[in-house]
Amino acid sequence: MFLIALKMLFNDKAKFFGIVMGVTLASLVITQQGSIFTGIMTRTFGTITDMSYPDIWVMDRKVQFIDDIKPLADTALFEVRGIEGVASAVPLYKGMIRARMDNGTFQNCNLYGLDDASLIGGPGVMVEGRLEDLRRAESVIVDLEGATSRLAKPGPTPDASRVPLKVGDTLELNDHRAVVVGISKGSRTFQSQPNIYTTYSRAVTFAPRERKLLSFIFVKAKPGEDIYELCERITKRTGLAAYTGDQFKMLTVNYFLKYTGIPINFGIAVSLGFLVGTLITGFMFYSFTIDNLKYLGTLKAMGVGDGKLMAMIMLQALTVGFIGFGLGVGIASFFGTSMKETQLAFRLTWQLVFAAGGAVVIICMLAAMLSVRKVIALEPAIVFKG
Amino acid sequence: MTTLAPAVSAIAPEGNTRPIAVRCRQVTKNYGSGNSTVRALRGVDLDVFEGEMLMMVGPSGCGKTTLISVVAGVLDRDAGECSVFGKDFSALSGSERTRFRGQTIGFVFQSFNLIPTLTIAENVSVPLLLNGVGRSAALKKAKDMLAVVGLGDRVNEAPNRLSGGQQQRVAISRALVHDPKLIVCDEPTSALDHETGGRVMELLRSVAMSGNRSLIVVTHDNRIFNFADRIAHMDDGIVDKVVGSAKDLYGPNMAAK
Repeated sequence: MFLIALKMLFNDKAKFFGIVMGVTLASLVITQQGSIFTGIMTRTFGTITDMSYPDIWVMDRKVQFIDDIKPLADTALFEVRGIEGVASAVPLYKGMIRARMDNGTFQNCNLYGLDDASLIGGPGVMVEGRLEDLRRAESVIVDLEGATSRLAKPGPTPDASRVPLKVGDTLELNDHRAVVVGISKGSRTFQSQPNIYTTYSRAVTFAPRERKLLSFIFVKAKPGEDIYELCERITKRTGLAAYTGDQFKMLTVNYFLKYTGIPINFGIAVSLGFLVGTLITGFMFYSFTIDNLKYLGTLKAMGVGDGKLMAMIMLQALTVGFIGFGLGVGIASFFGTSMKETQLAFRLTWQLVFAAGGAVVIICMLAAMLSVRKVIALEPAIVFKG
Repeated sequence: MTTLAPAVSAIAPEGNTRPIAVRCRQVTKNYGSGNSTVRALRGVDLDVFEGEMLMMVGPSGCGKTTLISVVAGVLDRDAGECSVFGKDFSALSGSERTRFRGQTIGFVFQSFNLIPTLTIAENVSVPLLLNGVGRSAALKKAKDMLAVVGLGDRVNEAPNRLSGGQQQRVAISRALVHDPKLIVCDEPTSALDHETGGRVMELLRSVAMSGNRSLIVVTHDNRIFNFADRIAHMDDGIVDKVVGSAKDLYGPNMAAK
């Protein structure tokens, strides 16, 4: 009987494609908008992802996300180093700086000052040059995105395209000369400014003068040390906040979820996709069932029980759901892959696929329930009424 | 065909030894409630014997379709007794009733009710599938049955590619393929022209009656009355007359009332 149910579904091509399109639309919107939302949220902690070395990030207790810098006193570094279980602790400067361009305009940049000795926290992927080149005088590393766009030099003529910054070029950072010794590549972040890396000691000379300049302390735990206990110990001893990388990522994401309109904007888009998908699928599926009511009544009169009829309808609903879901996720994946090299924030995770699948199952069940009610209430005697 | 005297009793007389397929006593069925109640059946008494073709005739709205719906177990009666081969549908659970109906009764509908998205062989195989026959065996038996009704060369076609008469032959095949003991036909010839209707009734008579089955045929079509063993006339929710031939019902010229 299940094969008959599927044949009834597949052979009514117009309705079948209509229902599948409804589910496809819903799963496409849910997956695509969800992926962009996830992509944007992932960008908020791109810097934390790239700086994977530390077991623990230590910072001021008031820090709410990665770009929320509340500088610490330099003595905090020595305090942390003295805590039991800490293998090493190095400083990180993170701040904003103005780079003066060749044409006289200014560009705000993110400046990272890495521990002079270890260069911990430096970019993971070097496109040109080496991280160690930062030990040379006046040296900086610029990220590829910044080098090819915002920090690119004007072309030789007004109409010519801009010339990307390259190794050997110089920059003027807050009235200090800086020489580009490398081009790096990292995760995109929520901020659009170029990223510039240099040593900690050089960064604090580049940066505008402030009483405190230490942004974060990177802590490496001793082998076998319980990271969470060490975090608690650091907080207890120093009064500073100490988070694992994952905790700091969640802190950052939660800030953006709580204080920006991003979730509600995407939530509306995703809800709309769900609603439109449910309405289209529900209407088309219901209409499909109504069209077949006479035949379902015939089957009922001939001896098909309500349970089997319900199972047949559920099978039809889940079949269109499965096909529509596959198409929707497939199109969303294709969209994401084809836009990979653009600015689009797109991150399709298995959790998102799972959630979209759950939403599609709900859509199909709602559509099937509408139809099942009609079939259960159907008097088989209807078949004698012509 | 048996020719009986006019005004034959609707129920088997005392001492009857002929096996009874359907037995109805004082069956009532109402639709709606309050002032809008429609009394579709007002105490029907009727016996249908095994191996006979009983035609049910009467004006529109007299309760024919309601009665066969009750007899076939697709509609619950309000009161009275009704049993099919000794089984009372109201004493059966929902699933038992469904199973019994699937095994015991075959249906032929006025508008054929063939599922348009299945081939005719698949349509015919449905009752077999419902009775637990495997798909390939069911299809083979369905094709054999279609060959019996002269459609053996069209088994893989869709119903809408057949003429009305051919579709009704498919519906008859579907009603017979699982060898039910009772066939219920609702206006089987009303959608067909005279010649085709006659051929369909000949087919029903020859094929369906061959296994000592009982047939109840609801019809308005007086052209097919002479295929009946008995004709039960209904009016206003009761069987008011059972006769052996149309002549007994409408006089020598067989004109419909």
